[in-house]
Amino acid sequence: MMNRRMIPVAAATLIAISACTRHPGGAAGEKPKVFGAALISVSGEKQVGGVGGQLDQPLVVQVNDAQGAAVAGALVCFAGSRGVIVTPDHGITGSDGQFSANVSLGEASGHYQILVSTPVASGPSAQIRIDEIALGYQEMLGAKLNEIYCIRCHDSESTPERVSNHDNLNAKPHAFTEGSVLNAMSDADLVAITSHGGAALNKSAEMPPYGNMLTKSEIAALVAFMRAVADPPYPTQGVFYASN
Amino acid sequence: MSSRGRIASTWKYLFGDSAKAFGTLSLALLVLLAIVPARDYFREWLGFQKQYLRLISRRSDAASLGRRFQSGLQQVWLPEIGVVDRCTTCHVGLKEASLVDVKAQPFRPHPQTPHSLTEFGCVLCHRGQGTATTVEEAHSSTKSWEEPILPARYLESACGQCHLKLLTGTPRLNQGRRLLAQYGCVRCHTIKTPEGVTMTGADDPPSLEHIGEKTTREWIAAWLKNPQAYAGSATMPNFQLPDEDIRDISAFLIAQSTPYKTEKPLGAATAPSQDDAAVQQGSSLYGESFCASCHAMQNAAGILVGGNLGPELTRVGSKVKTDWLADWLRNPSVYDRDTAMPHYRLDSKQITLLLGFLGSKADSDFIGNTHLDTATPAQIEHGKTVVLERGCAACHEINGVKRPDNFAPELTLVGSRPLAKILFAPGVAHTLPDYIAAKIRQPRSFGNALKMPQFTLADQQVDALVTALLAQTGRAQTLPATLRVPARRPTDYHPAGRAGQLIEDMRCFSCHSINGRGGDMAPDLTWEGTSVRRAWLVDFLKNPNTLRPALIRRMPKFNVTDAEANTLADYIMTVYQTPEFDGDAIDASRFTATEVQSGKELFYGKYACQSCHIVDSKNDKGYIGPTLTQVGTRLSAAWMFHWLKNAQSLRPGTQEPVWKMNDEDARAITAFLAAQQGAPGRKAAP
Repeated sequence: MMNRRMIPVAAATLIAISACTRHPGGAAGEKPKVFGAALISVSGEKQVGGVGGQLDQPLVVQVNDAQGAAVAGALVCFAGSRGVIVTPDHGITGSDGQFSANVSLGEASGHYQILVSTPVASGPSAQIRIDEIALGYQEMLGAKLNEIYCIRCHDSESTPERVSNHDNLNAKPHAFTEGSVLNAMSDADLVAITSHGGAALNKSAEMPPYGNMLTKSEIAALVAFMRAVADPPYPTQGVFYASN
Repeated sequence: MSSRGRIASTWKYLFGDSAKAFGTLSLALLVLLAIVPARDYFREWLGFQKQYLRLISRRSDAASLGRRFQSGLQQVWLPEIGVVDRCTTCHVGLKEASLVDVKAQPFRPHPQTPHSLTEFGCVLCHRGQGTATTVEEAHSSTKSWEEPILPARYLESACGQCHLKLLTGTPRLNQGRRLLAQYGCVRCHTIKTPEGVTMTGADDPPSLEHIGEKTTREWIAAWLKNPQAYAGSATMPNFQLPDEDIRDISAFLIAQSTPYKTEKPLGAATAPSQDDAAVQQGSSLYGESFCASCHAMQNAAGILVGGNLGPELTRVGSKVKTDWLADWLRNPSVYDRDTAMPHYRLDSKQITLLLGFLGSKADSDFIGNTHLDTATPAQIEHGKTVVLERGCAACHEINGVKRPDNFAPELTLVGSRPLAKILFAPGVAHTLPDYIAAKIRQPRSFGNALKMPQFTLADQQVDALVTALLAQTGRAQTLPATLRVPARRPTDYHPAGRAGQLIEDMRCFSCHSINGRGGDMAPDLTWEGTSVRRAWLVDFLKNPNTLRPALIRRMPKFNVTDAEANTLADYIMTVYQTPEFDGDAIDASRFTATEVQSGKELFYGKYACQSCHIVDSKNDKGYIGPTLTQVGTRLSAAWMFHWLKNAQSLRPGTQEPVWKMNDEDARAITAFLAAQQGAPGRKAAP
């Protein structure tokens, strides 16, 4: 099983390496002057967006040398597939050692992996894999309902427009991304707790019942959304491996 | 042997005598007859069906999948909506939820949507050619068929063909429709929804009839050069005008400007001070007046903070004349009758402070390089010509220039515009979505003489606009009206009498909705009279304190007089009553101590209301809902009782869940809440 899963990854690696060696001869100013040793993801990872659409934030990666200092002028290549488009798909890091690109997701809902690589002075190129999440209609409906009804308590992060109520509660609500907890719960349990409140499953009554307010399909959409954003991924969601 | 000889001998060999000729012809006929079934055998779709059978044979539920598989050409035929779709011939696993792990097409199951394949078919949403039975013909555009498969990024446009009412699950479509109104697209382009309603703008472009009183010619010129340099959030597009045109338009606009009132502007009572202390005081007043509920400003870090109901004020000091601003702050409707800005009833001292603060929000770089000589009559005349050519009056009122009709092409059917009628710019892929996106992104790439200006839009906004425009299909017009989910249209409600005048004067509708008219920033007030107690309402109107501590946008203080507050309270208490129940039906004074105690237990125990509300400001922390420390003085007992049973029916869209509480519980919690009278003389928790 593991072997079969590794094949596309290996293929992607080869393609990425060949891409990285193919491009430098091209346009002026794209030739890597410097080589780094490692790649890190700065921002834009694990974003959630609609199928086929462009993610709100660019994907930002940084090339570091062996000492962990940022490397300017290094080549970075992206490889995504099954409809994932990274623009530009390669480029040279700026003075801060970073390079950013926009990501458009594929046409099916699920997790998409993007392979990022940078050539290293000797030996195989350094790589990281970055996950992004595409939501289909049902999951997107869940995402929007989450923004209306759930996020204020279930997300501990506050924004200027939305102050979190998470820390005011005795039983701390689980973030919907908390796959380690939510993946173990059945769809039926999640539907029950959303419809009838925490007390229905002998959990905190601080979770109110939404079954009188949301329709069955809306609650199913919320569960679909939780499954879509779970980290680690919910088993049946699957991961699209980067390949060409 | 010569070639002629060879043909002759072959002829003789095949057709030399009647038996040979008969045999040869029979063989040829047999081959011809065999081609038909052979072609059929090698059909693409048959290959996919065989692949599918191999795929399911390896699965644990092969037997049940196999039972549901139907071989041969499949077709969904829905004459009512004009659907003849054979897509299911190859997309055999669309309805098989158990194939969830299959990601390869054409076998991927269809994701959950509210509509079924058997009701709507495929092409209604996905486009493409439903009757085709080859991959190429069904998905790509061909000469005879111009509708290729719609890319998923624009898929929500399909929903927009029937759903004219806001749909929670289609954020991209919603955003696109909002942008069409917000960026004033619909002021030049007529767009009719399938209901036949013409879309209207939501951008409120200012009248320029008195522009000379408000700002200078230099500012107009700098703004025309690049509106986004003045305010990054400005929705006015860049018309990419040559410098002479900018010089002449600004000359014309100043020349056509008339005074907006007969007397001279009153100006500030005392000259506004720009010293730090005064600016600081003005800044505090700006904060206390909750100007930021509607207006945004860049903070020190360059981040835009505040609402977008009114214009951004980051550089307002470089724009407006002090005398005009003083008059505007005194009463905005004198200058602009239809403004959304309320009449604040500020006193002269407050106006001076705000003038000082807003005046300090200047950017000398913005106008710095603009030097204009006195305009000549020829320049003014040319300015008017350019104004007419560019269609400025499609958005702005200008003296002596009529609003042009149908200034730009109508877009009602743009979502099914035939490609043959489209002139593509070089480098644009030949599909309708790519064409529309390129047009929005860089209109002038289609020709320098085109009038459409350059908008400043993020990629996601362009996607949203394309999605909304693609929903404008010919099919949407011809679908049965029963499928249509009509838009909620605002009513033309106008409250009557003296209170009605006050409600209009304070622009309550800019934020609140009443009887189907108004904004959604603040609670709907249609049944406010049943909800609140009169004494509290009068106090609140005079000094609105914050009910929801976590909100940024808050009700400003309008400095109303006692008489005005009483007039409003009388009207609201009498007119804004729900017909569902009597607000006085439950007498709060008759609750027993036992009921209060049991209500308290239910509040903190069974229903855990403290998750979202604060009653005891020392121990409770929840701040999703309003603070309830003095809710007994604010709400009627009957309202609370019904709210606990079904808040959504009283105020649709409220965050309060529908509890469907039994009468006993609802009555007990109402008793507990009615007992929350707050400490005398103490304000609610901030």
